[in-house]
Amino acid sequence: MSGISEWIAGPWGAAFAILCMTIATYLCRASGVVLMSHVTITPRVERALRALPGSIVVATILPLALDGGVPAMAGLVAAIVAMSLVRFELAALLAGLGVIALLRAGGL
Amino acid sequence: MHAPLDRPPFTLAGCWQGARYTLPLWPSIIVFANAFGAAAVQKGLTLEQAMGLSAFVFAGASQMVALEVWQATWTPATVLAVTTVTAVINARMILMGAAIQPWLAREPLGRNALNLFLLTDANWLIGTRYNAEGGRDVGVLFGAGATLWVIWVAATLPGYLLGSLVPEPKRFGLDLVLPIFFAAMLIPLWKGWRPARPWAVAGLVALAVHALVPGYAFIVAGALAGALAGAILG
Repeated sequence: MSGISEWIAGPWGAAFAILCMTIATYLCRASGVVLMSHVTITPRVERALRALPGSIVVATILPLALDGGVPAMAGLVAAIVAMSLVRFELAALLAGLGVIALLRAGGL
Repeated sequence: MHAPLDRPPFTLAGCWQGARYTLPLWPSIIVFANAFGAAAVQKGLTLEQAMGLSAFVFAGASQMVALEVWQATWTPATVLAVTTVTAVINARMILMGAAIQPWLAREPLGRNALNLFLLTDANWLIGTRYNAEGGRDVGVLFGAGATLWVIWVAATLPGYLLGSLVPEPKRFGLDLVLPIFFAAMLIPLWKGWRPARPWAVAGLVALAVHALVPGYAFIVAGALAGALAGAILG
């Protein structure tokens, strides 16, 4: 063990840390696909999968919006409204960024 | 051996389409990668280490947090710590992969392995939207991921060498581009109030976990709760 500790403390330690992070991240990227390929798609699993993308999106943005205060919440609402009106991502992005920049410039 | 008839297409045109879908995100990706490069210098990383993180880990939030626990001299314990932090932050990718698995199920193993290396929030979202509207060309997912990878790695370099190019990205809201992009994507995913009930569960659980647990656990907890609610509520 002390041989490994010495090696990790040496010049290759950082490269080893990056390798471990790379493997951990790749396992996250690949394991969902691998896991689901072994799951039989019953109607129940299909319903769960259908709910998953929107659930990931909502679970990601709600807490971040709350953390970001009024400008973030208004910006996300502006983006959703713009997207529902024109169905064009760039317009939604510009609407959201514009509202956030304006409100932040206004000191909110 | 022949490709199954129901294998989805993987075309060059699809790759270009995916690359084009990433365009609105370029400014924020460049600024973010830039900020990572600049922060890496301050934490004492070599150029090779900073570029290695961007090229191989290729996950912005976890790269930033890794800098917080970066060491001049490593021990097995600190390597384990930085690996654990990385895995926890990127655990959301497990669910993203699960969500697109039906689309990728018939893909050849090697191509899937490479495609999944490039999986990030942005190209997952682009692919999900495209797939939800009936698109099947897996090249779209790959093209978007490859484009984001090139930009992310390339934009890390000037940040490391020259420092941050945009000193106050928050002024322009650039810190919130990905949440905005996520929010806009709710519209193409919207299929009415009934299918959106699990989303409400996901949101409530995410808010609760966010209030109680530090870090990014709220994404995985909320998303799992939403999937579970979907299975039960239908």
